[in-house]
Formats: sequence, structure tokens, C-alpha cells
Amino acid sequence: MKEFTYEIKDPMGVHARPAGLLVKAAAGFTSAVTMTAPNGTADCKRIMAVMRLAVKQGNTVTVQCEGADEEKACAEMKAFFEENL
Amino acid sequence: MKQGSGLPVFSGVAIGKAVVYQKTQRRDAAVGTPAEEQAKFDAACVEAKAQLNTLFEKAKADLGEEHAAIVEVQMLMLDDLDYLEGVAAEISAGSSASEAAAGTGEMMAQMFASLDDAYMQARSADIRDVSQRVADIICGGSGFHLPDGNFLLVAEDLAPSETIQLPRDRILAFITQQGSSSSHTAILARTLNIPSLVQSDIFLSDAADCEILAVDGFTGQWYMDPDAETLAMLQKKQAEAAADRASLEAYRGKKSITKTGKQILLCANIGSPEDAESAVAGDAEGIGLMRSEFLYLGRDTLPTEDELFEAYKKVAQTMGDRPVVIRTLDIGADKQVDYMGLEQEENPALGLRGLRICLTRKDDIFRPQLRAIYRASTYGNLHIMFPMVASVWELQESKALCAEIRTELESEGIPTKEVPIGVMVETPAAAVMAGELAKEAAFFSVGTNDLTQYTLAVDRQNAKLGRFYDPHHPAIMALLAHIAKSAQDNGIWAGICGELGADPELTETFIKMGFTELSMAPGRVLETRKLVCESEE
Repeated sequence: MKEFTYEIKDPMGVHARPAGLLVKAAAGFTSAVTMTAPNGTADCKRIMAVMRLAVKQGNTVTVQCEGADEEKACAEMKAFFEENL
Repeated sequence: MKQGSGLPVFSGVAIGKAVVYQKTQRRDAAVGTPAEEQAKFDAACVEAKAQLNTLFEKAKADLGEEHAAIVEVQMLMLDDLDYLEGVAAEISAGSSASEAAAGTGEMMAQMFASLDDAYMQARSADIRDVSQRVADIICGGSGFHLPDGNFLLVAEDLAPSETIQLPRDRILAFITQQGSSSSHTAILARTLNIPSLVQSDIFLSDAADCEILAVDGFTGQWYMDPDAETLAMLQKKQAEAAADRASLEAYRGKKSITKTGKQILLCANIGSPEDAESAVAGDAEGIGLMRSEFLYLGRDTLPTEDELFEAYKKVAQTMGDRPVVIRTLDIGADKQVDYMGLEQEENPALGLRGLRICLTRKDDIFRPQLRAIYRASTYGNLHIMFPMVASVWELQESKALCAEIRTELESEGIPTKEVPIGVMVETPAAAVMAGELAKEAAFFSVGTNDLTQYTLAVDRQNAKLGRFYDPHHPAIMALLAHIAKSAQDNGIWAGICGELGADPELTETFIKMGFTELSMAPGRVLETRKLVCESEE
């Protein structure tokens, strides 16, 4: 299992548009990708679950990847967060 | 400003936007097998995505990519596993594709609406929008769209199967052109504690056009686009009503004991298992009447034993040690369902209904219901009550079946508990024979609506008979006194679960007669407790 933590910088938090992109990115891996935020944990491949976390700017989230391609998933998800959130 | 009136069925004031319920709303031609319904849903999702894609391209060209993103998110929702799994579960439980698509969407929309985040709250509109799009595609055409937020529902009339599909926590009031104070819309209004009018002179087309609709459940008046003076008057009344309700809060959690020390059990009448939460919120001391037929309405096949079990278990668990009286199926008369294949009757109120259906159709209707109740019995404090009893043998035959079912379940290794078996006294015959029935029954609960209808020979659904339908009639009072005395003489308890249960003019009379339980709409419990506590009886 691989994980990283990240502090959300986007002023709108994980709103609908980046949530959509996030789900698309996570769907590209066979590994399970989950995100733990102050409101709970969500499967990153499920957009409603991700949006329901209502992650805001300044929240610290932990993203965990577990599975065959966890190494690659973790690196690419980290890059995704840095670029989009 | 336009105004008019109707027959108020629950007090209070509601002000808000109006939604006109159209009968020609989404209606599946026929519900197929779960596999067929799933295929319809899958195909509709593909079509919905294609429609959204067109919209997305158009929005991108007209408004720019940022604005178009919202459409893109709707497309992603159609791929969301939580949504797809929710729909699949509803379909396999017997829902039609459109019901499942709209119902699951509504449930998720509610979830978002409850989030403590304004942006996410607003997303509930997207979810509702996309799921209604899918439902419309399935039904071929545009359906009845509910707006966001709260609304007053205006309709010609609402059937029980229609009211159970509505998002009840968003409805501020019902205003119908037809119906009566004991019709199902009225019962639902009282369960939800919302001001409502039946038999109103409102025009649906006017209601659809008005900006603000207001209803005064105290006077029975409705107002469209009220002027400033009227609006101020209504807002003042609304505030006063809220203050009155707040003052009743002093009785929450208290026992219902008269000044002379008689304890009365104040219970709630409910329809669906979800209503048990309203009962708890209303501080009911139990469920005095669970109208189990609501589990049979709004669908195309009989509910399975497992579905019934889950529903009863949920109510039993919600209420804990508090008693829950489940009335066995009382279908027929005003609550007919097509799939049971019952013949049309000249006179359904006097026809094959209530216990009569159950005793005629033991294998496919009565047994599954009784098995479900006994299976759920270990989860709480369940009671069984039989409706429409007229003769002692009907009770004896039903009790024998209960005993047989309990033995059967025990032999299958399924634990059960003793379930007290009582009679819903609602035929004049049962009232007159109360002394004999009391020897066989564990309790009585009087269904005053039907008892009044049958004793006075007045059809309670017929609006023209209003003044002849008098539940305070001396004949009814004499029967009630006889029922209570027969119960006391035989050492069983007697209660009242009809509309009269919450009639403030009769609370003292009932206590004096010897009734020890009153069951009513959940929102009436606290005000009745105040009356009991102030009673000198």
C-alpha cells in the first residue's frame, strides 16, 4: 500500500469539476484508490462519494493506493493533486 | 391576489411555491422482469449521456468550458457506481426502471442537500436533474418534474400509491380539489404535520402560474400571490403556531397521567416503516396502528415475506420496548390493488376486504404476512390486530393460523416471541359482541372511522354526506362505552386508533369510559398528553 498526504489549495476545494477529473484519473488504475478527508473516507472511483466529502481549501487529505499498480497510481495521483487541486 | 377555501385537515400555515401534480406523469406501460427493467435503464443511460454530450458541446460553445463542466459532471454521475448499484438494487427489489432511476436519484439528492456545505447542497439539483432525465427517457417523454427546495403540492386528488412516491420532507402542504378529511392525503398530512386542504375550490392552472401560494390550515383559506397585508397576517399566524408547538415541548418525555393517577398510553398511527421515525420525533409511547397495507400499494406484485419482515423489523427496532400494533392487511374498498386480481365490487365497503380477504387467501396473502410478523417479533414488542372482524369464529380461525405459523417457524429453527393478538373493533357487530370477543382477544382498538361509517350507514368518502357523518353521534358513544366496559370486565385493554383518538373534545370522555390507549397522528401526541395531564378523571 502506498500513500501520500496533500493540503488542498484550490479556493473552491474539491468541487464538481476537479472531482470529475479525479474520478477519471483514479479509474485508470487497477489499484483501489481512496481518499481520507476530515469528513470521512471515499472511494476515488465514485464521484458522488468524493463530492460528499465536501473537501475544502486548507483541508489535508490522505490518498491511499493499494493493488498491482499502486506505485504508479500513487505517483500519478500525487501529480494530479498538485496540478489540479 | 386570488383566494378561496377548502376543508382543512391539519392546522398550521404554509407559504411557498406551488407545484401542480399532474396525473399524466411518468407511468411505465408495464413493469417487466428485473432483467428487462435493468436493460431499459441501461439503454436510457446511454441515451441520456448522448443528450448530455450534445448539451455539453452547445454549452462549451455558448458559455465556455467552465460552465459546461456542470453538464460533464452530470455525465459522470451516470457512471457513478453508488448510483448504478442503488438503481440495480431497487430494480431487483421489484421497482420499475423509471421509479428506480428517479427514486435513487432523489435519495442521493437528499443526501447532498443535507451536507453542511452550500456548494454541495446545490449539487443535489444536478443529481435530481440527471436522474429525472433518465426516468423521462424510459417513459418516453417529459414527466412530472419536482423543483428544488420545499413546495406546496396542488392536485386534483392524490392516490395512496402516488403520495408514497413523493419526497415527503420537502412538501409544505397539500391542497386537493377532491378527497375528504379521512382520505389518504389527509392521513398523510396529519402524519407529516403539514397544513392541508381537501375539497378546495383551487384551479390547477392558476396554481401553476402563481409565484407564492399560501394556505391557512386554521381557517381553510388559500391565497395566491397574497398582498403585503395578508402575507404579514399569515406570517404572524405561522409564528404563533410555532410558539404554540414550542410550548407543548414541556410535555415531551413525560408520562401521560391524569390528576387522579390514571395512566394513558399515547401512541401514533403510521403507514410506512419510515413513519416510525415521525412517531419517535412526536414522542409517541408506541405505535397504536401500523396500516400495513401501505407495503402493498404502489407496486405490481405482492410483497415477499422477506420484504415484509424487513419492514416490520425496522419498525420494531425503531420503537424498541414500546408496543407496536400491526394491523394485518386491510385492502379492498377504497384501497384496491390490481395485482391481487380482486373482482370489481358493487359495494366494496361491504365487500371482500380486511380479514375477509386474508381468510379467503391464506396461502398467498395471510401466511406470508403473519410469518413476517412472527419473524420480526424478537426485535421488539409487536402486536397483531385483525381488521373487519364481525364474528367470533373469524378471530378464532385467525388465531389458530397464528399458532400454527409460530410452531412452523420454531420447527424451522427461527426464533419467535409471544405476540398479543387483538381486534380492531370497527364493525357494529364486533362492537355489540365485544363481551364475547374480549374472551378471545388480548386487546381492542376501535377504528372509529369505519365504525362511524358502518353504524350510521354513511359513506365516509362521499363529500356530500359531510354533515351526516357525525363521529360524535350518541349511537357511536354508546358503542364505545360498551366496548370499553367489555374490555375492562374481561381484563384486557382497549384503545382508540381512529380519528377520534386525537379529538380534544373527547379525551376526557374516553378516559372516563375506561379506554387506556389513544393512538393518533404523531404530531398530535404532545397536545393530547397536555389534555390527559390536565384531566380530572
